[in-house]
Amino acid sequence: MKVLVVGASSAIAHETARCFAADGAALFLVGRSAEKLAAIQHDLEVRGASKVATYTLDLNELAQHEAMIDAAYEALGGLDAALIAHGTLPNQAAVQTSVEQTMQEFQTNCLSTISLLTILGNRFEQQRRGCIAAISSVAGDRGRSSNYVYGAAKGALTVFLSGLRGRLEKSGVAVVTIKPGFVDTPMTAHIKKNPLFAKPGAVGKRIYTAMLKGQDVVYVPWFWRYVMWIIRVLPESMFKKLSF
Amino acid sequence: MVDKGYAGDHRSWGRYPKIRRQKVVPVYWRDDEIDLSAIDGTILPYGLGRSYGDSCQNEDGTLIDIAPLNRMIAFDEENGLLRCEAGVSLADILKVIVPRGWFLPTTPGTKFVTVGGAIANDVHGKNHHVAGTFGRHVTQFELLRSDGTRIVCSPDQNVEMFRATVGGLGLTGLILWAEFKLRRVPGPFIASEQIRFRNVDEFFDISADSEHRFEYTVAWVDCLATGKQLGRGLFMRGNHAWPNKVPGKKAGQRSLFTVPVDLPWFALNLVTAKVFNTALYHSQLGKSKRKVVPYDSFFYPLDMIHDWNRLYGSPGFIQYQFVIPFDHDRSAIRSIFKQISDSGVVSLLSVLKVFGDVPSPGMLSFPRPGVTLALDFPVRGQRTLNLLDRLDRVIQDEGGAIYPAKDSRMSADAFQAFYPQWQEFSQYIDPKFSSSFWRRVTRTTE
Repeated sequence: MKVLVVGASSAIAHETARCFAADGAALFLVGRSAEKLAAIQHDLEVRGASKVATYTLDLNELAQHEAMIDAAYEALGGLDAALIAHGTLPNQAAVQTSVEQTMQEFQTNCLSTISLLTILGNRFEQQRRGCIAAISSVAGDRGRSSNYVYGAAKGALTVFLSGLRGRLEKSGVAVVTIKPGFVDTPMTAHIKKNPLFAKPGAVGKRIYTAMLKGQDVVYVPWFWRYVMWIIRVLPESMFKKLSF
Repeated sequence: MVDKGYAGDHRSWGRYPKIRRQKVVPVYWRDDEIDLSAIDGTILPYGLGRSYGDSCQNEDGTLIDIAPLNRMIAFDEENGLLRCEAGVSLADILKVIVPRGWFLPTTPGTKFVTVGGAIANDVHGKNHHVAGTFGRHVTQFELLRSDGTRIVCSPDQNVEMFRATVGGLGLTGLILWAEFKLRRVPGPFIASEQIRFRNVDEFFDISADSEHRFEYTVAWVDCLATGKQLGRGLFMRGNHAWPNKVPGKKAGQRSLFTVPVDLPWFALNLVTAKVFNTALYHSQLGKSKRKVVPYDSFFYPLDMIHDWNRLYGSPGFIQYQFVIPFDHDRSAIRSIFKQISDSGVVSLLSVLKVFGDVPSPGMLSFPRPGVTLALDFPVRGQRTLNLLDRLDRVIQDEGGAIYPAKDSRMSADAFQAFYPQWQEFSQYIDPKFSSSFWRRVTRTTE
């Protein structure tokens, strides 16, 4: 198995990569910090990866995406699967007063992923096999007043993935939409933890099995599917009065 | 990855004493600039919370959660040398090393502990009589002090800080990564033998007979039996098995179940405990039983029941482990057994082992030559505490010691008698570091 992991220093991506490593997969890790990528590379090597290559890139540099994906194909001699996992969790109070910051969050959490999905989609369509997974969020299922900039970016990503899945279905390529709930990672370090928070290890394992099976839309943990179903069916007149 | 209930839960395993106010700050990357001095108040590293008492708690202070530091760094498969971050669990390590023919140099009765915790408590296992403590196999580690300095310690570099940190209860600084030696094994199985013994004397006979032939020895004792049956139990011994002796078995561990809720406090009482212990004793019909078993069921039977500490109910439980030096007529250990069974206090699971004379490397290490007994008691008010205070005095008279990793109640006087070297150790404590345990046992008594 040859796997591209974008945003590899995220705790969720790293845990997913560990599952692939235990199977002896070859991995291509992309992230901003060379130092963190090296720490993850060594971890995956010890855990059984047959090969680990790293590539340092700020994913907001969209012009570099093509070259990065070329490098991944080159280094691993092809790709069987890709996981796109980079992202940031904006502070809603700060972004809602700034056009610039709102656009920046869209760039990171939606547009850069769409850029990667476009390139990977075309390549996987040609090779007529493989699996592309991207981490969206339960926050993308409905715009909440406390987190709607992030939610809107993830919502757009979810819609994009849904369309791409339909298109690539005909080529035998699986497109997996991952929708995690709260996960205990550095991204949520500032948020007070409660029993709804999942451990990144369990989330990573679930993503790994979803990718192997080529599932469509996966909520992690599973109960979020039902929680979000309820949240989606609330009438807007009622939903707008909720402050969460 | 190991679950600790849910993510925000940072209690101790015995869930006693109850610590109300403490903050938690995670560390994510070993190479980041980690400014410990910026945190208000005192700090203490916290791994997977398997210490039973308050040695992993810091009331009114902050816990540094090292569980995210769970990355492997390097594995020298030729020489069996593993380097990893301090938050990596033994469970994680076993998954990597056992398929490649290596095993932990020694392991406690749960694999859900971190490497940092194994060093800080200088843990021991069923092979203590041959391998000594975990700290003996540590070749080096990096310690981050609150002033920002990073010190690499090994048995020949920064030796004093090495000796203070091994068994140093997390008080000398934050261990970021460690390297230690593994042990070659022929496969994932243990050739085990379980022998029933009727009393303390039989235990010592079997133990002496097993020491040279078996790498792993331990016994379960029925502490509720009285009279002639005082000290009866089951002796377990084993060696790593060669694959040709293993008839097509699978080595994985099933986790049986997770205890979903706290049992009511009265579920565990003298009657249920007696039934459990008597059933365990009679679970084996013959005198001895041989079996080749996966390493998990030999070393970690309790790990199959996730959150087993909840069986004791929400008041929690007290673990009590002591060691006393050998005496010729075994009168001390017999009198301790008698005091326990006479007291009518409930002890569910008691574990007895003879420590060997391999020296422990840490200044505050617990293991020393003699016999060690671990008991657990549900928290039920003063009677249990009175019994343990009485036992403390016996152990003090015998020149023994209590294990800090399990303690939640010994007095400052008792600790200072068990560990007279505590003042020498104190000079290596990082001024920013403290724990509920340490404040309790160093309280000046006037």
